[in-house]
Amino acid sequence: MFDYSQKVMEHFAHPRNVGEMENPDGVGEVGNPVCGDMMTFYIKVTDGRLSEVLFKTFGCGAAIAVSSMVSEMAKGKTLTEAMSITNKSVAQELGGLPENKMHCSNLGADALHKAILDYQSRNAEQIVAKCHCPYCNGSIVEESSFCQACGRECSINRGG
Amino acid sequence: MDVYFDHISTTRMDARVLEEMLPFLRENFGNPSNQHHIGQVARKGIGQAREQVARLIGCLNSDEIIFTSSGTEANNLALKGVVLANQKKGKHIIVSSIEHFSVLHVAKSMEKMGFEVTYLPVDNYGLINPQVVEGAIRTDTVLVSIQLANPEVGTIQPIEAISEITRAKGVLFHTDAVAAVGNLIVDVERLGVDLLSLSGHQFYGPKGSAALFVRQGTRVTPLIEGGIQERGRRAGTENVPEIVGLGKASEIAMQEVNSWSSHILRLRQRFWEGITKRIAHVSLNGHPDLRLSGNLNIGIEFVEGESMLILLDMEGIVASSGSACTSQALKSSHVLKAMGVEPVKAHGSLLFSLGKENTEEEIDYVLEKLPPIVKRLRAMSPLYKEKEEGDV
Repeated sequence: MFDYSQKVMEHFAHPRNVGEMENPDGVGEVGNPVCGDMMTFYIKVTDGRLSEVLFKTFGCGAAIAVSSMVSEMAKGKTLTEAMSITNKSVAQELGGLPENKMHCSNLGADALHKAILDYQSRNAEQIVAKCHCPYCNGSIVEESSFCQACGRECSINRGG
Repeated sequence: MDVYFDHISTTRMDARVLEEMLPFLRENFGNPSNQHHIGQVARKGIGQAREQVARLIGCLNSDEIIFTSSGTEANNLALKGVVLANQKKGKHIIVSSIEHFSVLHVAKSMEKMGFEVTYLPVDNYGLINPQVVEGAIRTDTVLVSIQLANPEVGTIQPIEAISEITRAKGVLFHTDAVAAVGNLIVDVERLGVDLLSLSGHQFYGPKGSAALFVRQGTRVTPLIEGGIQERGRRAGTENVPEIVGLGKASEIAMQEVNSWSSHILRLRQRFWEGITKRIAHVSLNGHPDLRLSGNLNIGIEFVEGESMLILLDMEGIVASSGSACTSQALKSSHVLKAMGVEPVKAHGSLLFSLGKENTEEEIDYVLEKLPPIVKRLRAMSPLYKEKEEGDV
């Protein structure tokens, strides 16, 4: 029916993680009603991982299935891992999408990434404060390639 | 329960039509161009069908009927055939902006060939204003083509008023009546048109059977050349069984169309009333009265058409939508756009097209199944969040 894989139909008929979130840590909104699809992703971040992912979607069967799949794939992942979810990997997990519906998978990943970026910009200061030098454990600024406390070259160690 | 509400896509062939066709698929297999007795049986078959089709549309001379393979071919022949045959008069064509693609895409390609096309606007109901047609006619206008009824929103155009104008101005007038013939009474004399397209599978005839009425004296350049079938206007061995089927479907429609359409209209009213009672934020696309009896095109806000169609299909209910997501090209309906329907509402359009076999039980079944589907999708929709609880 409607050229969709079984997996797409299953996610469309029983979408996971639908809903709005109270006090989300990040929100990502993509699409507009003129072109047909709108998605909003809400995330909660605990210990650098996506502890909760919820979405709301206005769109076709593929758009809803993609949202559901993205939310499943993202849950429990670190932010970096979640940022590496791609359109391709979403479509693949869904057992493929009709060619003219591939753009729906773009929207799903985009909405999630936007929610993560939103979280990161809200927490920009916190992130900076959480960076520590691996040698002296002093705080370092994100953009810096050396520790201002001990002067040694270091890559940023987040989440300390 | 299996419920078919997509009669505008196609109809189920009437059993009586199939019965009429079967001998022409078996024993009466002859080629109507042959003089021998096997060929003559086939020739007689299409002769009778031509009479039946002519009678259905009030055409007094069955030589004015050209059989084609589809409504699309009939529309192509009407536009290209007439314009090419009358180039000396001019290069200007007028069509409405809500025509079927078998008119609009032909117009576009005629533009590439150097012809000029005016696309007429419609109002919020999808209606053409005859005065706008009059204003668009130029001295070099060859043809006006405006559909009788729109397949998507069902709007019925003021064809008689337009033909008065085209006749006074000496411009040929074609109407694409594919969505109308067999669903309401159509009379080419009363309509005053020079050309009219119709298609068999729109009124319980076989797919691949269609015709173009061409008023005597109207010059048409054939699109398919070869033998002298269809009086030289459409070459190729006739598809005898289908033509016979189209004839029978025409005969049946002629006798039964009035009872069909009053039955269908009753169902549509029950349907629409039921929907407005059960679902908030819905609107009717098209004209409340000047519309095909079987057409119920509704806009359901905050949800998208394809999602609704899939969930309806899971309940055995078949319909269609003007949403971009349901079209292969991902373009939303050009008809709703021309009518000024907002894109977000167009995406939430659902078209239920009713037919003679539909029943009250089927309407009630959809009225039971649709509201929870809408509710479920609205709960998922980011557009719906500000709306009050308690709305469906």
